[in-house]
Amino acid sequence: MQRAATFILLLAALALPLIMRAFDLDYYTSFASRVMIFALAAGSLNLILGYAGMISFGHAAFVGVGTYTAGVMIIEGVPSALIGWPLAMLIAGLLALAIGAMSLRTRGVYFIMITLAFAQMIYYLTNSMKAYGGDEGLSLPGRSTLPLLDLKDDTSFYYVVLAILCVSMLLLSRLVASRFGRVIVAIRENEPRMEAIGYPTRRYKLVCFVIAGAFGGLAGALLANHGNYINPSILHWTQSGNLMIMVVLGGVGYRYGGLIGALTLLGLEEFIANHKVEWMADLWPKYQQHSLLGVGIILLVIVLYAPRGIAGWFDRSRRG
Amino acid sequence: MSIVLILEQSLNGLQFGLMLFLLAAGLTLVFGIMDMINLAHGSIYMIGAFLAATLVAATGSFALGVVLAIPATAAIGMLLEVSILRRLYTRDHMSQVLATFALILICNEAVRIIWGSDMALGTPAALSGPIELMPGLFYPAYRLLVIGVGLTVAILLYFIVAKTRIGMRVRAGASNREMAAAMGVDIKLLFTLVFGFGAALCAVAGAMLGPIFAVQVGMGDNILILAFVVIVIGGIGSIRGALIGSVLVGFVDTFGRAFLPALLREILPPQIASAAGTALASILIYVLMAAVLFWKPQGLFPARG
Amino acid sequence: MAETLLGISGLVKRFGGLTATDHVSLEIERGEVHALIGPNGAGKTTLIAQLSGSLASDAGSLTFDQVDISRMPQHERVREGLARSYQITSIFGKFSVLDNLALAVQARSGSSMSFWRSLASETALLDEASALAARVGLGRREAVLAGNLAHGEQRQLEVGLALATRPKLLLLDEPMAGMGPEESARMMELVEKVRAEITVLLVEHDMDAVFRLADRISVMVNGRLIATGLPEEIRGNAEVRKAYLGDEAAA
Repeated sequence: MQRAATFILLLAALALPLIMRAFDLDYYTSFASRVMIFALAAGSLNLILGYAGMISFGHAAFVGVGTYTAGVMIIEGVPSALIGWPLAMLIAGLLALAIGAMSLRTRGVYFIMITLAFAQMIYYLTNSMKAYGGDEGLSLPGRSTLPLLDLKDDTSFYYVVLAILCVSMLLLSRLVASRFGRVIVAIRENEPRMEAIGYPTRRYKLVCFVIAGAFGGLAGALLANHGNYINPSILHWTQSGNLMIMVVLGGVGYRYGGLIGALTLLGLEEFIANHKVEWMADLWPKYQQHSLLGVGIILLVIVLYAPRGIAGWFDRSRRG
Repeated sequence: MSIVLILEQSLNGLQFGLMLFLLAAGLTLVFGIMDMINLAHGSIYMIGAFLAATLVAATGSFALGVVLAIPATAAIGMLLEVSILRRLYTRDHMSQVLATFALILICNEAVRIIWGSDMALGTPAALSGPIELMPGLFYPAYRLLVIGVGLTVAILLYFIVAKTRIGMRVRAGASNREMAAAMGVDIKLLFTLVFGFGAALCAVAGAMLGPIFAVQVGMGDNILILAFVVIVIGGIGSIRGALIGSVLVGFVDTFGRAFLPALLREILPPQIASAAGTALASILIYVLMAAVLFWKPQGLFPARG
Repeated sequence: MAETLLGISGLVKRFGGLTATDHVSLEIERGEVHALIGPNGAGKTTLIAQLSGSLASDAGSLTFDQVDISRMPQHERVREGLARSYQITSIFGKFSVLDNLALAVQARSGSSMSFWRSLASETALLDEASALAARVGLGRREAVLAGNLAHGEQRQLEVGLALATRPKLLLLDEPMAGMGPEESARMMELVEKVRAEITVLLVEHDMDAVFRLADRISVMVNGRLIATGLPEEIRGNAEVRKAYLGDEAAA
């Protein structure tokens, strides 16, 4: 059942740009790329949040660091994606190692605060980097380059993002089903007992944190390319909140949680902002400017009444 | 770097710190007693400011407007507690974080819809001038009022929590819910009142700070983070910790912003100095928090074991 | 010839003004079943936590099989062969019985920093977990979610998790807590079964079980060890009767 769904989804994704081109709706190809990039970012957060149960309000820092790494490489004249994107993953991963090593000594709200603090530090640091736009950010002279493909073409870019998302999701899903994945989930379930049966739990949480950070960095690199600019706002703690909303909406701890959440949230925002619903406009003329109100209400309702998110709602039998 | 400048910045630091204390006190009480992380605390501060601005405009009197805003905000806070927040007490921290984050979004938009993106709240005419505290040291009268209000509330709070029966009940509720219930303390009511009290404190801070910072949507988001930094430094559940933490943060932040860029200009080339200075000033309190946690992982005065 | 497996020397733990563990010294001999008894609040669970490594001691030292483990973190002590079970059941409620045990087996068989290979394909792990389940009497309940087990079964799983780590010394903290006579009898059988290979430090209130199982008994009151010896010696010890056994006889 799952395999069939995955297969159909994949086919639809492969066909999408062609369909959009046929209906002269190319904009949606670019929109779909954005959804997939956020699906990757949210998916990486899901690893820490959903599987390991660690609340990190600093995930935007890893995404942002990836964005800036890729962006700076392009600006400094090394646009090759084969260098820039792995580098983004590496730097984000190293940052996660440093932050994780310090933060994982703490628990609960202290952990949240420390991850938040570090993320804010990175945010303020990038804000002060006048060479790369400071608080206003900077437009990129172009996208990263790949041999044989022209990433400036939105359709090519779409397929590259799709390929990366698929490979990443495959890797992450193998991870979850592996020994490591089981340990992570068990740590979330009962950390003291895991120590008592011989697992150095902090080490495992750290590795999980680094992997999630690296994939977040990859998403960030793709994001820089998508929008063709870098801006410190991607690093703000409210962006971490945004990512969390996607994960919760989609389903914490579910394989497709990130994807479903990104699609739902971004789709909703897109719909509200750009498609005026006549009867709503009659009731409330300015409703389109207040989409965050709807987002907030939906999030609240989900947390209170459907905490396992959309994926969780459809899956009544299996455990997460 | 004159004495006058240092004194002036010290007063600024004290003023900011005391207002932070008003927020941190409510936050630490809610966290300490109900074990709830409430991100919407900043939103209540914002609502308090907007209500104050509205009531000041409506009544034409700064004092009256502010005084009326306090119970109004407390009422809204208690309404939120009864309708939504009390469902979160039994949930895990992650759910609380997400739900209250949702409330931030809702409140920001709701305020924008009701009032617009910002509102004017000016200093009361009688206090708009400076007072000469010392030969050469002029300080805005209004800011002195803010300091005065802050100190008064701090003393009042200390008195209530440490010396009265209500305070004892609150502390009992903090340490052992079941036992407090057995002793006849109505837990639900207690929690609602504690929340309302925290909201009232937010209103005071919001109204007082309104003329200094702007009254605008989203004003609560950044100060919320500072309040959390304060309670983490001070120790969760501890009013004393909140006071010391806020004054510490207030001073460090104010002095950092005032003197760090200038200090760095002595050692580094000017372009790097100004950029580094502002960045460093912003992250200084986070460094402070990390340092405190490194030395004392539960904060300076943890109320709970 | 009695060989010391676990050497406890001058162990101290204070909580604020309270001294929970007051200079406790004891030698657990290899191969014995050593019972630790004492009134509630005597500090037995605190001591177990210090021995297993989940609680840091304020003073004193520990040697395990000739190795100084005083500073060793808990997970390393488990690797050395020192495992504990909990007084308040601490299992993985959302996992099946089999998966619970497999986790513990996994901990000592190869690295868990394995990211690609599917866990479901590791039949050796699951086989061993299955054997363990049978050993603790949960053979027919393998697939049940641990959270859905009856209290007595959960206590069996509790011990099973500790056994799965193949310990040399097993710290059992009130394994029979909350159990009826039939379940307690089963637990006693289990201890009898394992005592041949594993040294056991047993904390218990069930005096019947204690006197039937123990080779030696230590008595702890108010954080101090007041007596250690053979069961008959303890039974006859006046100080012990006054402090503890007197209450238990009625219970």
